[in-house]
Amino acid sequence: MKREISRIVENMKPSGIRAFFDLVLGMKDIVSLGVGEPDFVTPWPIREAGISSLEQGFTSYTSNKGLYKLRLSISRYLKNTFCMEYCPDEEILITVGVSEAKDLVLRAILNPLDKVIIPSPSYVSYGPLTELAGGVPVFIDTSKNNFKLTAGMLKKHIDAKTKAVFLNYPSNPTGVSYTKKELNALKDVILRHKLLCITDEIYSDLSYDFEHTPLPTLSGMKERTIYLNGFSKGYAMTGWRVGYACGPKEVIAAMTKIHQYTIMCVSITSQMAACEALHSGKVAVEEMKREYMRRREIVVDGLNALGLKCHKPNGAFYAFPSIKKYSRNCLDFAQRLLKEEKVALVPGTAFGDQFTDYVRISYASSMDNIKEALYRIKIFLKRR
Amino acid sequence: MDEILEILEKDARTTPQEIAKMKRKKPEAVKKAIQKYEKEGVIVKYKAVINRDLIRDNNSEARALIEVNIVPQKDVGFDKIAERIYSFPEVTSCYLISGTYDLLVVVEGKNIHTVSNFVAEKLSCLENIRGTVTHFLLKKYKEDGVILKHREENKRIAISY
Repeated sequence: MKREISRIVENMKPSGIRAFFDLVLGMKDIVSLGVGEPDFVTPWPIREAGISSLEQGFTSYTSNKGLYKLRLSISRYLKNTFCMEYCPDEEILITVGVSEAKDLVLRAILNPLDKVIIPSPSYVSYGPLTELAGGVPVFIDTSKNNFKLTAGMLKKHIDAKTKAVFLNYPSNPTGVSYTKKELNALKDVILRHKLLCITDEIYSDLSYDFEHTPLPTLSGMKERTIYLNGFSKGYAMTGWRVGYACGPKEVIAAMTKIHQYTIMCVSITSQMAACEALHSGKVAVEEMKREYMRRREIVVDGLNALGLKCHKPNGAFYAFPSIKKYSRNCLDFAQRLLKEEKVALVPGTAFGDQFTDYVRISYASSMDNIKEALYRIKIFLKRR
Repeated sequence: MDEILEILEKDARTTPQEIAKMKRKKPEAVKKAIQKYEKEGVIVKYKAVINRDLIRDNNSEARALIEVNIVPQKDVGFDKIAERIYSFPEVTSCYLISGTYDLLVVVEGKNIHTVSNFVAEKLSCLENIRGTVTHFLLKKYKEDGVILKHREENKRIAISY
């Protein structure tokens, strides 16, 4: 049967990581720092809005683009928060999380063998989705520069086939974000080479050190950017699956074409809940953010004290420490840590083949769990 | 509200050293701030929130909310009579409230009889008390912002991107 599977899909890697994930999922009583979603439950008013929409009988399809009310709320939210202008009729599309939006945008813009630049380590789906859309991912290793892409690095990797650049800040897996100045430097290269930029800013609500600058707010960038965001991380709504894409109307129209045939529309319950999130969720987001910031200090400090060298993340809820002092094989390191001390984390190679010296630690876990995990890691490392 | 208070209100076991790390401050400065709050009475006490329903030999305990109507006294209003009420060790909380009655008093006792006796023999007999209405507590769902349930299982999958 294997012969019947498409070559692109056959070559996509589940690799050793999948087996490790299965190992974790099969074990009991572990302390996990390997979770890529908030440990908070969706704030009650948002859950309540979902329930009440069901009680009122909202169980139908919505417009392909998503509930107008939600698109309007998003448009207002972006305007009030970042001074970004997006028209709810033509420039916003509601998607099944940012995940679907990434797939749509790549399929909408890529012709066969177009290249897409991806700073790495990167979130796991950027490469495979690019390939599925017929494109060629070009990874730029940013580890030498504190996981930040610079204009120089970007310029070096651009050629005639380059169509687009992926940005993701604050980043999963590193937590690194870009300042306005750094973004402006990248902007100049993007505009000069007439590239498109796909910017995944799903963690923007969780920015700790400086104000988050959305890429489309830089002059000249709105026309070249597809801005992706959603409700999963800030509002702790991962399971609801609501994201959105904002961009030039031609791109949004092209994405909507694919979306209408594949997805039709996002679940109406989730869209109603998302409306409530924008309406009343801000206070809850701020409270969760403060808690993440406290955990960040404990985690970064704890890891560095253990010799797991770790830069300080600017946002999201991840740290990406180097394990070089103890191991050059992150998968082996993670497996041993799991078996010996029952602590789960994600090996760095999940985010790029060359990151064998790194692991991703998520601090979307209670303070008690974090302290317990750090203690167990300490015991584990003492034996090395 | 100072974040130090927010942190301690969430988990009173957090040490000054840990708070110092979280806030990137010196442990000494945090210690000093906490001492100041303690001295001023902002931080009144540190205690555990206990779900008594789960204590097996404790089933007989009874609690009641009592509405108390009182005749305010000259010069001191409600305060004097409130003091006489809250000084009883059986009273765990006491609030002056607006509405059809004046004081809301929470009383705890070994069982229904002890609480009833307290109301009948102590509370109702106090001077200036016009009347009481006693509501026995049947079940506690949430207290001080904490939902009192068996520890919730983890609903997230243990590892994900």
